[in-house]
Amino acid sequence: MADKTYTLKIERGCDRWQDFSYTASDDRDTVITALLAIGEVEFECSCLQKKCGACAVVVNSRPMLACDARLIEVADKKSVIRVTPLKKFPGVRDLIVDRSIMRENLKTIRGWLDAEAVHRDRYYGLSYDSSRCMQCGICLEVCPNFCAGSKFMGTASAAVLTRLLSELPVEERGLLEKNFREHVYAGCGKSLACRDICPAGIDVDGMLAASVAMAVWKRG
Amino acid sequence: MSDRICIIGAGLSGLFSALIIAESGGFVDLVSMMDSERAQSVLAEGGINAVLDTMGENDTVWEHIADTLSGGVFLGDESAVRGMCEHAPELVLRLFSLGVPFHNEKGKIIQRNFGGQKKKRTAFAMSSTGKVIMTALTDEVRKWEQKGNITRFPSHELTDIFIRDGVCHGVSIKNIFTGETRCFSERVIIACGGMSGLFLGLATGSVKNTGDAQALLFEKGVKFSNLEMLQYHPTTISIPGKRLLVTEAARGEGGRLFTYKKDGSKWYFMEEKYPELKNLMPRDIVSREMYHAMLDENCQGKIYLDMTGISREVWKNRLSDLREELVRFAGQDPAAEYIEVSPGIHYFMGGIDVDNYHRTNIANLYASGECANIYHGANRLGGNSLLGAVYGGYVAAESAIHDDEVICDRDFKEADEEKNTDRSFDHVLADILKEGMAIARSGDSIRSAVERLNALSDSELSVTEKRRVMLSRAFLLSALERDESRGAHFRTDYPCRSDSRYKTVCLFDAASGNISVGRENI
Repeated sequence: MADKTYTLKIERGCDRWQDFSYTASDDRDTVITALLAIGEVEFECSCLQKKCGACAVVVNSRPMLACDARLIEVADKKSVIRVTPLKKFPGVRDLIVDRSIMRENLKTIRGWLDAEAVHRDRYYGLSYDSSRCMQCGICLEVCPNFCAGSKFMGTASAAVLTRLLSELPVEERGLLEKNFREHVYAGCGKSLACRDICPAGIDVDGMLAASVAMAVWKRG
Repeated sequence: MSDRICIIGAGLSGLFSALIIAESGGFVDLVSMMDSERAQSVLAEGGINAVLDTMGENDTVWEHIADTLSGGVFLGDESAVRGMCEHAPELVLRLFSLGVPFHNEKGKIIQRNFGGQKKKRTAFAMSSTGKVIMTALTDEVRKWEQKGNITRFPSHELTDIFIRDGVCHGVSIKNIFTGETRCFSERVIIACGGMSGLFLGLATGSVKNTGDAQALLFEKGVKFSNLEMLQYHPTTISIPGKRLLVTEAARGEGGRLFTYKKDGSKWYFMEEKYPELKNLMPRDIVSREMYHAMLDENCQGKIYLDMTGISREVWKNRLSDLREELVRFAGQDPAAEYIEVSPGIHYFMGGIDVDNYHRTNIANLYASGECANIYHGANRLGGNSLLGAVYGGYVAAESAIHDDEVICDRDFKEADEEKNTDRSFDHVLADILKEGMAIARSGDSIRSAVERLNALSDSELSVTEKRRVMLSRAFLLSALERDESRGAHFRTDYPCRSDSRYKTVCLFDAASGNISVGRENI
C-alpha cells in the first residue's frame, strides 16, 4: 500500500489532549503499532495479537484492544483517530489505567475451585470459552451498570464464575451460585451492551444464559 | 527450610512454583510486570506433552525421554529430562483436576501429534492451551492469595538483585504505577520467561520480555549457558510489530509445507526428504529445510503452508481459534488458501544455567521456565515448553523450600533506577542480533555483528541499554564459541556436528568488565 498519514488525538490525563502524526506503511497497522512508533505516550501492551488484553483503550468512543484497532478501519474521513484511556478505572499515566479492582472482585466472589474439577462433555465448550477471558475490562467499560467498587461486578467476573460453575460438582456449587446471583445476576440491567464487544470473541449471551441456568434456575 | 520466597515472574512457571510453595505451607511474594493474564505463557498454543497413552498407541515414558533428548540433539540434561517426562502424566492430570479444559471425551484426555514425536502425546485445548492452563492456575493461586500465603506485586519490575560472595540476599522492586520501591531479603526464584523483546519484530513472544531481568542477573555474576540455542519456529508470519505463530498443531492436524518450483509445480520438500515424520520433524530441521528451499535456485523462493486438506470437523473442534486468527491477521482463510510462512524466533533453549534442582551458580537463587537452560538442549520439541515450565516450577519450588538455609543479609538499599530505552536503539540492537543470530550464521557474520555492537557508544546509552548490549554480546560470543552445527545452531562455516558434547557458558567479570566464554563437557 502507499504510505498513509494519520493523526492520533490522544488523551494524556484528565482531558489533556495531544495530537501525534503517524505514517503507516502497512494497511494492517494498528493503534498499537502507531503508539509503539510514537514512543512518547505511555500505554500497556504485551502480545500484540489479541491474546493478553493489556492494551485495552477507547478508540473513537468504542473500547477495544489497540492491537485490534486497524488504523484504516477506525480512522474518520480526515484520517483522525481519537484514543483515550478506559474511563471505568483510575488513571495512572497517559493510556495506562489501574485495573486492580478486577482482581479484588475475583477474590470477593471466591473465584477459585474448592473441589476437584468435573469435566462434563456438555459443558466443554462453556468451560473452554469462559477460560479464554483476558480480564481486559472492555466488557466493564461498555456496561451501564458497572462502576469500580460497586457490588455488581459485571461480565469479567461472570466469565470466571461460569468456568467454575461448569466444572464443579453440582452439590459443591452453592457458594458460587450465591455469589453469581449477588454480584452478577442481581445488578445486571440486561442492556446487552457487553454482547459482541469481547475481543476474545466469547459468546457472552450464551455464557450468561448458561451460568444463569446453573446459578439461578439450578439446572445441573 | 525457607518459609518465605520471592518469585520474579507470574507466568506459568512462576505461578506453579507459587502454588507448590503455598500448598506446602510456605509464603510467596509474587512479583510481575503485569497481571498473569498478560504473561507470554498465554500465547502457547498447541499443547503440553505427557505420556497418558490414551490414543491406543502403546506410548511409553521411555519414548518421551528419547524423543526429547534426540530432538535436543543430545544437549539436554538426561537426568533432568527423565524427571520431567516421568512426572509429566501426573502434572497434566493435576492441571486437568484444576479445571483445565483439555480436549477430552467423557473425561479421557484426547492427544494430538506434535513435531519430533511418533506418538500422539500432546494434550491440548484447541490452539489456546497456554491460555486455558493460565486461567485455571491464576484462579487456583487466587485461593492462596486469599489465605495469605501468596502476596502478589503486579505492576512491579525488578530493579536490583543483591549478590555478595556467591550468595543472593534478595531483590529490590519498583511499582511501575507509583514509583514506590521495596526490598525482599529472602530466597529468590527467577521465572521471567524468554527474551523476545530483545529481538524486536523478529520474534513471536511478548514484547515485554525484553531480557532486562536476565541482563541485570548477568551483570551481577549469574552464569548463563547455551545462549546460541535460539529456536526458529518454522511457521510464522509477519504482522506489524512482531511475528505471528502458526501453531505446530496445524501440521499435527494435517498441514503440509511446500514451495513452488520454477516450472510451477509444487514441491512438498519435507514429505520427500523425511518420509517417516514428514512435516512433523523437529523444528530445527524443518526451519533449516525451509531456509534451504527458499534459496534453492530451482524454486521460486517462498514457502507455503497448505491447510486446505484439513477437515471441517477438525477446523471446528480443534483449530477454530487458529483459523480466526489467520483470517484477522493474515487476511486469509487457511481452510481455502495457502498461507505464506517463514521461520521466526520463538523460544530460547539457552539461558540461566541451572542444575537438576534448578539452582543457579548463586546460592539462594533459582531459575525455572524459559529463562533457564536445562531440558531442551539444542532444540525444544513442541509441547515440551509448557511441560518444562510446569515441571521446572515444581522442582525450583521444592528446592527453594528444602535447601539448607543461607541467611540473607538485610543491609542493602532499594534501587530506584530509571529503566528506559530509546525506540531507535531497540531497532538497531535487533538488527545487529538479526545478523549475528540468523538461522544460518558464520564466524564472519557473528564477528561483524560483534563489531557493530562495539561501535555503539557507551556514553550515549542508558544503564538499561548498556546491559542489553552486554547481554547481546553474550549471545554473539556464545554463537562464536560453538564451532559446530547442532540443533538450532547452524554454522555455515562448521556445517558438521562435533563428536564432543558440551555446553557453552558465559560469565561477566565485574572487575575487568569482560565476558568470559567457555565450554563445559556434558
